[in-house]
Parts: sequence; C-alpha cells; structure tokens
Amino acid sequence: MIKFCMRFFSLMALSSSVLFFLITNTFAGNPTKVGFVYLHTKEDFGWTMAHEMGRQMVEKHFGKDVKVTEVNNVPEGPDSTRVIRELAKQGNEIIFTTSFGYMEPTHKVAKEFPNVKFEHITGYKRSKNVATGNIRFYEGRYIQGVVAGLMTKTNKIGYIASFPISEVVMGINAFALGLRSVNKDASISVIWVNTWKDSVKEADAAKVHIAEGSDVLTQHTDTPAMLQIAEKSGVLGFGQATDMVAFAPNAQLFSSINNWGPYYIKKIEQLRSGKWNTGDGPKHWAGNEWGGLKSGMLTISKFQNMPNDVAQKAQKVHDEIKSGKFKIFAGPLIDNKGKEIIPAGKSLDDGALWGMNYYLMGVNGNVPG
Amino acid sequence: MITFTPRDKVSKNWTIIAPILSIFLTIFFGLLIFTFLGYNPLETLYQIFLSPFSRIDRISDIFVKACPLIIVGIGLMLCFRANVWNIGAEGQFIMGTLLAGSFALLFPNVETKFFIFIMIIIGFIGGALWAFIPAILKTKLNVNEILVSLMLVYVAMLFIDFMVRGPLRDPMSFGFPLSKPYSQGALINKIPFPGIGYLGQLHYGILFIILLIPISWLFVNKTLSGFKINVLGAAPKAAQFAGFKQNTITITVLLISGGLAGVAGVIEVSANIGQLQPEVSFGYGFTAIIVAFLGRLSPIGILFAGIMIATVKLGADNAQISMGIPKVVTGLFEGILLFFLLTGETIQKYKIKWVGV
Repeated sequence: MIKFCMRFFSLMALSSSVLFFLITNTFAGNPTKVGFVYLHTKEDFGWTMAHEMGRQMVEKHFGKDVKVTEVNNVPEGPDSTRVIRELAKQGNEIIFTTSFGYMEPTHKVAKEFPNVKFEHITGYKRSKNVATGNIRFYEGRYIQGVVAGLMTKTNKIGYIASFPISEVVMGINAFALGLRSVNKDASISVIWVNTWKDSVKEADAAKVHIAEGSDVLTQHTDTPAMLQIAEKSGVLGFGQATDMVAFAPNAQLFSSINNWGPYYIKKIEQLRSGKWNTGDGPKHWAGNEWGGLKSGMLTISKFQNMPNDVAQKAQKVHDEIKSGKFKIFAGPLIDNKGKEIIPAGKSLDDGALWGMNYYLMGVNGNVPG
Repeated sequence: MITFTPRDKVSKNWTIIAPILSIFLTIFFGLLIFTFLGYNPLETLYQIFLSPFSRIDRISDIFVKACPLIIVGIGLMLCFRANVWNIGAEGQFIMGTLLAGSFALLFPNVETKFFIFIMIIIGFIGGALWAFIPAILKTKLNVNEILVSLMLVYVAMLFIDFMVRGPLRDPMSFGFPLSKPYSQGALINKIPFPGIGYLGQLHYGILFIILLIPISWLFVNKTLSGFKINVLGAAPKAAQFAGFKQNTITITVLLISGGLAGVAGVIEVSANIGQLQPEVSFGYGFTAIIVAFLGRLSPIGILFAGIMIATVKLGADNAQISMGIPKVVTGLFEGILLFFLLTGETIQKYKIKWVGV
C-alpha cells in the first residue's frame, strides 16, 4: 500500500511537473522569432535603413515577445536561398525578405518550410505561406512634382532613375502629373543609372543634370549622394526612403519616407494571434498589401527650404491624396507622344499602373527597353 | 624600392610551416579585432571556421558555394601556369551562361535531362568565344591580355543586363528584368538522399568537379600539352628553343579557361537560379583568381582553396545570423586571412630586399 502511494505520488509529481513545464513554455517566455533579410547594410541611409527602422519599431512594440534576427548584405542569388533557409531552420516563424530579387529564393525555401510564414517585399508572386507587401511610392512623387513645379526657375527637372520597371516608371509619371498640374512649361529629363545603390553613379548623374540646367533634382535610387551634390551646387532636391535632411540641410525640400514598421507589426501580430494570411488582393498587381499615405506606410518629412505658400499647397495635395479624395492617375492622361491613355472621367486601376511602359506628357525621351 | 628575387631552392619545411604560420597570424589578428569591436572572439572564430561544418547540410552548402570557384579556378590554373593572365573569367562566366541560357529559352518544354549536357557544351563555347578575343589580340597584335580580358567583363555584365531587360525578358515579369524560367530539362536537380531527403542545395553539378579534378591533374602532370604549358610559364626562352608554339599554347589555355568559366556559369544558374537575371555571377570569376593562387596552381590545391574560401564565406553569413557581426567586419577578417596566406607564399619563393634608389 505504501509502495502504491509512493508510486502514485511520484507519478503525480512527474506529470504535474511536465504540465507545469508545458504551461510555462506556452504562456511565458518563448518569444516569436522573426527574421529579416537585407540587401545592403542598414547604414545605406536609404532602402535598407528604412527596413531597419521598421525592424526597430517591431522590437520596441513587442519588447521581449519577439526575437529578431537580421542579416545584412545578402546578394540576390544562391546566397540568399541559403540565408533564408538558415533563418527558417533556426526556428524563425516569420521571415521578411526585403528586396525584389529574393522572390524565387523565398518561394524555394517557403516550399520546404510550409509552417514558416514569409513576407516578400515588392514581389508579385504569392503562395500559401508567402505574402507580399509594397508601398505606393508614387503618391509621394506626385507631391514632389507639385513642389518642383512651383520651385523651379529653369523649368528643367532632373530625375535619376534606377531600372526601367513599372514601379519606377509610374513614379516618374506621377511626378510629371504633379509637376504639370502647377507648371505647364516644366519638363523632366531622366537619367537611368541601372543600379539601386551606387553613390558614385548617382552623384555623376546629378552633376550631369545640373550641368544641363536642372535646378530641382529627384531620385529613385538608394543613397543620399544626389542630395549631397545638390547641396554643394546650390540646387534643390528630394530625399528618398528615409529623411535625408542631414545630408542636405539647405537643399532638401522634403523626403518621402518608407514606413515599414506598422506593416511589420501588423503581420507579426496576425501571426501571433493565428490570423496571418496572404490577403485576397487582386492578382494582377504586385503586392497584396499595397499601402500609401492613407495606411501610413508612406509618410513625408517636414517641408522646408520653400516659401510658405508652396508648403501650404503641398500640404493640401498631401491631405487630399491621404483622404482618398484625389486620384493621381485620373483621366484625361496623355502620353508624351500625344496618344490618349485614358479619357476624362476614368482613372487607371492598379493593374494598369503595373503595366506602365510609357511616359506621360512632361517627360522627355522614351522608356528604355 | 623593394625587389623580389626568386630563391634558388624553396625550402620543403617552409612550404608546410608558412601556411600554418599564416593561419596562426590570422587567428591572432582576428582575436584582436573581434575583441576590440566587442564580439566574443572565440565564438566568432567558431562561427567563421567551424560552424559551416557543424551540420551535414551546411557541409553540402560549402560544396555548392565552392563548385563554381573550383571549376573557374582550374581553368585559370592553366592560364597562370603558362604566364597568360586571364583576369576576365567573370565575363567568360557570364557569356557562357548567357549563350547556354538563351539556347535553353528557345526550348521551353524540354523534359529530358540530356538537354543539360548540350547546355554545358554551349556554355563552354560561349565562355571560350569571349576568351578568344583577348587570345587573338594578344597573339596577333601583342595587346595586353590583362586589360582586354578585364574590360570585357564589364562589356559582358552590361550585355546580359541588356538581354534580360530587352529580348529575353519574360512578358509576365511586370517589367522586372528576368527571363522566363528554364524548362525542366535545363535545370540541374538537387541530389536526393534516401531517408534524408535533400542536403541543403547539394546538386548533381558537383559531379562535374569530381570528374574535372583528376582529368586536369592528368592533363598538367602527365601529358605533353600540360608539359608545354608548364615550360612556357617557367622558362619562355626554353619553350621557344624547344620549338613549342607559344601562340598556340596561349590561345589554347585562354579557350579552355574561358570555356570552363562558361561551364561553371551554366551549372551555377541551372542548379541554383533557374532563369537568367542581370546578376548571375556574384564575383566568382574574380574570387577564383585568389582560389587558383591559394591552391598553388595545382588541381588538388584548388579543390582545398575553393573549399576554404567557401567555408569562410558561409561562416561569415553564420556569424551574422547568430551574432549580428556585420559583413564588413567578417570581410576584413577574410582580407587578413588572404593577405597572410599569399604573403607566406611569396616569401617562400622570393627573397625580398630593400634597394635604395
């Protein structure tokens, strides 16, 4: 009998300790593991730094409830497949891959780890455990166009573009629409540098624009090099991805800022509450989460180095886009060859934006390729 | 001025002591740097040198990473042995990939795996053709092959960029510069292991190295052509007196090394990427130059040098993932390692003297 009691109690003790262990493991500690893959270093003051700021917001928001691992400088090829797989193997539950070129690697690894969630930034392919997210960068560019149109004296705008993909072309066109809405005489010339991040090429392109008479510059590349040249040469310009005012206190009009933090936090919260999904966005455009000023994924820095009335006008345009009252790509839209793209009363849908391979009125030249 | 005079006799002991000493010096400086920057130095060294061997799938990833380096390195070995300085393997890699890839895209529905062999041959031809330009300029007009081959790298980079943005672009890619995906027949599969499944990215392309290393060893050590190459490099005058045709040898080694670089590209892209994109090489052609010299221009040496460089690269990623050490720091360490290893090599072979001007 005593023996039986002892057995009974030891069994009780054992099972309760197992139970206790299970409970503590489920409800305390055990942070959600989150991985980030970056293309460049977080010190690029552009694209990657914007993601890094988002990651820091995640850490601040969740505190001890998440454990974040980030990997910098991962080239868009076989190396990225290995790094993403390694992150999945080390138990990360959600992995953000923050460059377009990680699309195939992300999907490859996602197939091997069906229980891990993947968030591919700026891609267009989705699957059961791969969601995509992107920002409506063009909304900021429309406001840039308005400000540029009011500030330019030479009526020449210099645009430094990376690659002739729809995302970049729609940015140029949005800028042109903003520009022409306030200044019918101004036009944009575009220099393609064929890179996202090369401060030497970006600076050279800026110098060429200035030599050709442009007095307002903007860019769709990653570094503050263009603004540094603008600052030195006494012309104006816009920052991109992060607030670049420190590099050009007298030249920056404002920066369009990529604000990934709220998106990351939302998706991680969804994962933790078991509600993570890939959304049901339409199939034809890139990103089932495509947020702009309204959702706070795109913000703009302080208006500066411009007269009050220009700043007020810019603020008004910003507010109208944000509230959804104003549609940027509303007809009539005419391309720079004179062909009508869409008549008055209609506006381009998201699918048409991702098929853009033409310039609108106000842009010089042709889209390469 | 510093002068280098070749030593009459290279001490046998030093060929063993020098690399060991180099590694010790690297570790010493590594410990210093990591401690100074506030990282746990022993753990960092573990991550860089040993963690890539800590799991079987990590070990197979070393071979995947080393595969293109070794193939390109073997080709460069022939050039460097013959004193022909092909610095443009990166460009030959790209052009081989591009030619074979364009061919693969012409046949979108091929299933048979036989197709990959045709692609490898076409890749060889593509790389060889690109190397033929510096070869013909060198032999006919005595144009420096270092400059020509290097400059052609940038031409190749821009050319593939143009092709994937223009003629080869997938209409379904939303304007992104990507070709259509390769057909099944143009892909190199991962190797399935019974009971384990796949090991990392380990693919059948590795078999090519297993073939290439013994063949290249036999070629340089046991054939007349290999002997001619060695003589031309070691004593050009002697080669001339012996009646070896210098131009033929120069052209041959450039064609073979360009071709092998092209093959490396085909294997890398068919196994790991599966379509053409603006960047296919990630500096393999340049890193392979270091691999060839670290491997003392011998096939077995190149095998180990390739594995070593791949290990350190993978280790750098692991150090970043588990300890948050930025790649610039691990890159610095890699630089120190190469500096000491190559300095050790040089001091063994040359007397270094300071001569006042």
